[in-house]
Amino acid sequence: MDRMNRRGFLECMAWAGTGVVWTATGGILSSRVLPAAAAELTGGGFSFVQISDSHVGFKGQANADATATLQQVVGKINALPTPPAFVIHTGDLTHGQKPGAFDTVAELLKGVKTEKVFYVPGEHDVFVDGGKEFLGRYAKGGPGWQSFDYQGVHFVGLVNVLKYKGEHMGALGAEQVAWLKQDLAGLSNSTPVVVFAHVPLWAVFPAWGWTTEDAQQAMALLTRFGSVTVLNGHIHQALRKVEGNVTFHTAMSTAFPQPAPGVGPGPGPMKIPEEQARPMLGLREVRYVVGTTPLAVVDSTLA
Amino acid sequence: MDEIQRPSTKPGGPTSPRRGRCRRVLVAAVVALIVLTGVDAAVRAVPPASVDIQDSKYLPPALTVAPGTTVRWTNRDEETHTVTSATGLFGSAGLDLGEAYTYTFTAPGEYVYTCDLHPFMQGTIVVK
Repeated sequence: MDRMNRRGFLECMAWAGTGVVWTATGGILSSRVLPAAAAELTGGGFSFVQISDSHVGFKGQANADATATLQQVVGKINALPTPPAFVIHTGDLTHGQKPGAFDTVAELLKGVKTEKVFYVPGEHDVFVDGGKEFLGRYAKGGPGWQSFDYQGVHFVGLVNVLKYKGEHMGALGAEQVAWLKQDLAGLSNSTPVVVFAHVPLWAVFPAWGWTTEDAQQAMALLTRFGSVTVLNGHIHQALRKVEGNVTFHTAMSTAFPQPAPGVGPGPGPMKIPEEQARPMLGLREVRYVVGTTPLAVVDSTLA
Repeated sequence: MDEIQRPSTKPGGPTSPRRGRCRRVLVAAVVALIVLTGVDAAVRAVPPASVDIQDSKYLPPALTVAPGTTVRWTNRDEETHTVTSATGLFGSAGLDLGEAYTYTFTAPGEYVYTCDLHPFMQGTIVVK
């Protein structure tokens, strides 16, 4: 297989959710298959894990028990050669915000061998009560947006689902954008930045609500940085896009896959047998090696 | 509502010394009873209507019904949906597969609704 064909093949495999490492250098993507990347991280650096859209409470053709698949993902995290420094859950913890669902998620994720789990809400986590339960539990009643630094990398968690209701897409709002501006103000351009939020911060497919209407205001604040990695969920499939120094990634769900953008009558759980769905569910490991700006993204599945 | 449940329909009687006044009250009560029963019967006679939620769409997206119609929305999707009035007049909880929500429309008008989880979903009930 020559280089181009191999790359094309890997892109298809990434679409299908098979484990692939993507590395972006100067806006050019290169890739390698999972086994080589699964080796233990050596030298300076760290890794963390992104999981998304666990939809605890969901039952459907593609998955009779979303709690069980989340449990399997926890097992896969704990089996990683390098334990993640922390885990980021990019929203839709629960499917219908039913009583006890957040407790189930919390109980399961207590089993992850890591220091901390960070959360941002999905629209499924806030539509019943406007975010009261989620923000009370995970943000001490605050607005839910957050930032922290880890080994020289600046992490920002954004909330873009509280205005989803009644609007046609995700939105950050002026208050949050103002906070972000202040948050980034003191950072040097060479600081690697990782941004995570539920709804994609790029226009994946606006007709299905797969976009954030005021994302450009946030992205405008980020263009000066040499390395920006954006991690989103919501669309239940791994897609990526590169814009200058910014690489956008959406993640697989741990519960059920959704169709490719615009394919079929609408978004929602794909109605496929469980064995076909498993290769489309999984987790993402993100690796940062000191001195190399691009963060490597490794998606692996439950297949 | 059955007639026997109607209150205040037996004011006085034929042997009452205040027969004249009582008769007027009785006539008024009977007229009221007939009117109310008639309206009640009309409400009961309106057949229910239904909307299916399928492939993240309300089917049919626009539905015209008579006043007094009870509309029943049933979610046929594995995805959770809601039926949420744009004005806040009515609204369901999250409906999972097979779950339904009903609302009875009494006043004529145009009622726009959407899904809290999928704002691109739009439906209209026209009452006339």
